[in-house]
Amino acid sequence: MQKSMKRYFPIFVLPTLAAFTVAFLYPFIIGIYLSFTEFTTVKDASWVGISNYKKIFMDRNFINALIFTVKFTIVSVVSINTLGFLLAYVLTRGIKGTNLFRTVFFMPNLIGGIVLGYVWQLLLNGILARFGVTLSFSAKYGFWGLVILMNWQLIGYMMIIYIAGLQNVPGEMIEAARIDGATRFQILKQIMIPMVMPSFTICLFLTLTNSFKLFDQNLALTAGGPGRQTSMLALDIYSTFYGRVGWEGVGQAKATVFFLMVAVISLTQLTLTRRKEVEN
Amino acid sequence: MKLKKLAVLTLAAAMAAGTLVGCASNKKTETTGAEQKTEAAETTTAKAGDTAEAKGQIYYLNFKPEVADIWVELAGKYTEETGVPMKVQTAAAGTYEQTLKSEVAKKEPPTLFQINGPIGYKSWAKYCKDLKDSTIYSHLVDKDMAVKDGDGVYGIPYVVEGYGIIYNDAIMKKYFALDGAKAKSMEEINNFASLKAVAEDMQARKADLGIEGVFASTSFAPGEDWRWQTHLANLPVYYEYKDDNVSDKDVLDFKYADNYKNIFDLYINNSCTDPKMVGAKTVEDSMAEFALGKVAMVQNGNWGWGQVSGVDGNTVKEEDVKFLPIYTGVNGEEKQGLCIGTENFFSINSQAKEEDQQASLDFLEWLFTSNTGKDYVTNKLGFIAPFDTFAANEKPTDPLAKEIDRYMNNKDLYSVSWNFTSFPSQTFKDNFGASLLEYAQGGKDWKAVVDDMKADWANEKAMTK
Repeated sequence: MQKSMKRYFPIFVLPTLAAFTVAFLYPFIIGIYLSFTEFTTVKDASWVGISNYKKIFMDRNFINALIFTVKFTIVSVVSINTLGFLLAYVLTRGIKGTNLFRTVFFMPNLIGGIVLGYVWQLLLNGILARFGVTLSFSAKYGFWGLVILMNWQLIGYMMIIYIAGLQNVPGEMIEAARIDGATRFQILKQIMIPMVMPSFTICLFLTLTNSFKLFDQNLALTAGGPGRQTSMLALDIYSTFYGRVGWEGVGQAKATVFFLMVAVISLTQLTLTRRKEVEN
Repeated sequence: MKLKKLAVLTLAAAMAAGTLVGCASNKKTETTGAEQKTEAAETTTAKAGDTAEAKGQIYYLNFKPEVADIWVELAGKYTEETGVPMKVQTAAAGTYEQTLKSEVAKKEPPTLFQINGPIGYKSWAKYCKDLKDSTIYSHLVDKDMAVKDGDGVYGIPYVVEGYGIIYNDAIMKKYFALDGAKAKSMEEINNFASLKAVAEDMQARKADLGIEGVFASTSFAPGEDWRWQTHLANLPVYYEYKDDNVSDKDVLDFKYADNYKNIFDLYINNSCTDPKMVGAKTVEDSMAEFALGKVAMVQNGNWGWGQVSGVDGNTVKEEDVKFLPIYTGVNGEEKQGLCIGTENFFSINSQAKEEDQQASLDFLEWLFTSNTGKDYVTNKLGFIAPFDTFAANEKPTDPLAKEIDRYMNNKDLYSVSWNFTSFPSQTFKDNFGASLLEYAQGGKDWKAVVDDMKADWANEKAMTK
């Protein structure tokens, strides 16, 4: 079995590898190259060294976007995972209609970001209209709007992953703990949470990276308004690229820096949570 | 055991992640009709040898979504008449630069595209063919309108457009008939003071007039603020350039800022929408309010006719749709006409194949000189074409185009040229728009708006040097 796996390894891996190279690796490398050039289209680049990287901080937009993104990520990672886990916990208790609830909670996840953004824009503006304001009235409305949207979209998905984890906690273990006199909270804290640590790793990873590199929802819901105040990093890169003649390279340089940030943050998170995982 | 589970979960996660990101909207409207025709043309000519190669082919990237279907039809017609394959693609509203950037990098790039003036030329200079010897340039009535650089001509305007305040004559007549009206006819409204007096009086008596406000919503939804940060902002810039006798400035004094404030305040304070709510309004909302007779006036250009006539339950009669110049309280503005100009310039891709460039030139010539082509331009695309091949009777017949004609032919009036083609960058416009929105909502005082605008202008001009 192992031997034949090894023999056929190249054949099975080839299609994916080819797709990965064409659609990801190649553009990625070109992207890094372009960040050191000045260009209008990807074909007519001329080398300018690191001047694009120096320009990144010439306007305050990048820093503002970074601060906004970090705030947003912290709030949404905490809220999505807390709510997702709570839902999963409740829906593994054997309540009537569990399957229906699970389906309903998962569904928002199937709708694309742009559509969601516009739908929520209508909804939130409709509610805010009662107070005589709109989403673009102040950055804090945009911020909480994004948090609500993101929660609504991702909670169900995280819930499914947590449910899978919770269902794998052996019943004997919980029963044994109960016989030993553990309270419900103790069971949750001492047994369940350590046992579903792999799920936490994945969920934290997904929410962290998805929040950090959020684009569609941001573009559709607030488009950065008012001004650039609710513009997140990805949207800021996009508007740098298209906002000024000759600044395409700067947008590209921002994208490279952005990539490094996402990589460092998510790798740190992965190592940290992996350490907490236990064997069962 | 743990590994396996993790692997399963990761796979599931990866699959679901696809649904999270799988929402890239298709920004381009593929024009399959034309493509099918193109393919058909290719297959027929392939049998006859390489004649199609020699003739070249045309790929036009269209800027105006409102006439996308007509362009496709036109391309089919051209292929039918001449056998030259032509493909048209339309970029969705507000995404032209993005689409062009990616299309030009492809193996079969657009051969014919458009730039929006000197600033657009700056970014596409490497791709713009010199058109000073072209037939189409020789037909251009006003050679100053073209985008030039040194001796070369790189962009040829193909449509003349105008904007001002569109008003509903039926509502105005109703007002003039009221007791104590501030004016008795439109002729009496010929400067800012009279416009303000009438607008404020109308707003006060809106119940009598059966309207919800004088002006339509000052739209400020994301991407919907161009009527203010670009079009309205053109007026103060125009007067400043005129005073200094220049066509561009690195540092703007914005000395007509108060005039801008005059008209902007009038718009937001006498509207059907509370100034705090304008952040959610779109241009389409404003045009619909006008079409449904809820408001008497809306600032927009002749391209907006389609949006007025296309609204369900439209109550505005064609003969009641008229233009009024945008008065801002500048001395001598009684003689001011509409803002006339263009930001649509045809350019030929100098990096496309030689025969394709020629084919595109031939197409332009056909479009603006042949009878079929001219018929499409005036009657279907609704363009006022700036070429001498069009006779006086070959003009679009929609009410706003007729109004533009009326103003342009009135020798007593001067037109305001479109100077916003020299605005430093999209970022500048966006920032100014954001400032205006904050001002409208009461979150920023006017002095800050002016200071930020001036600082931004200088800054953006320096950064894009």
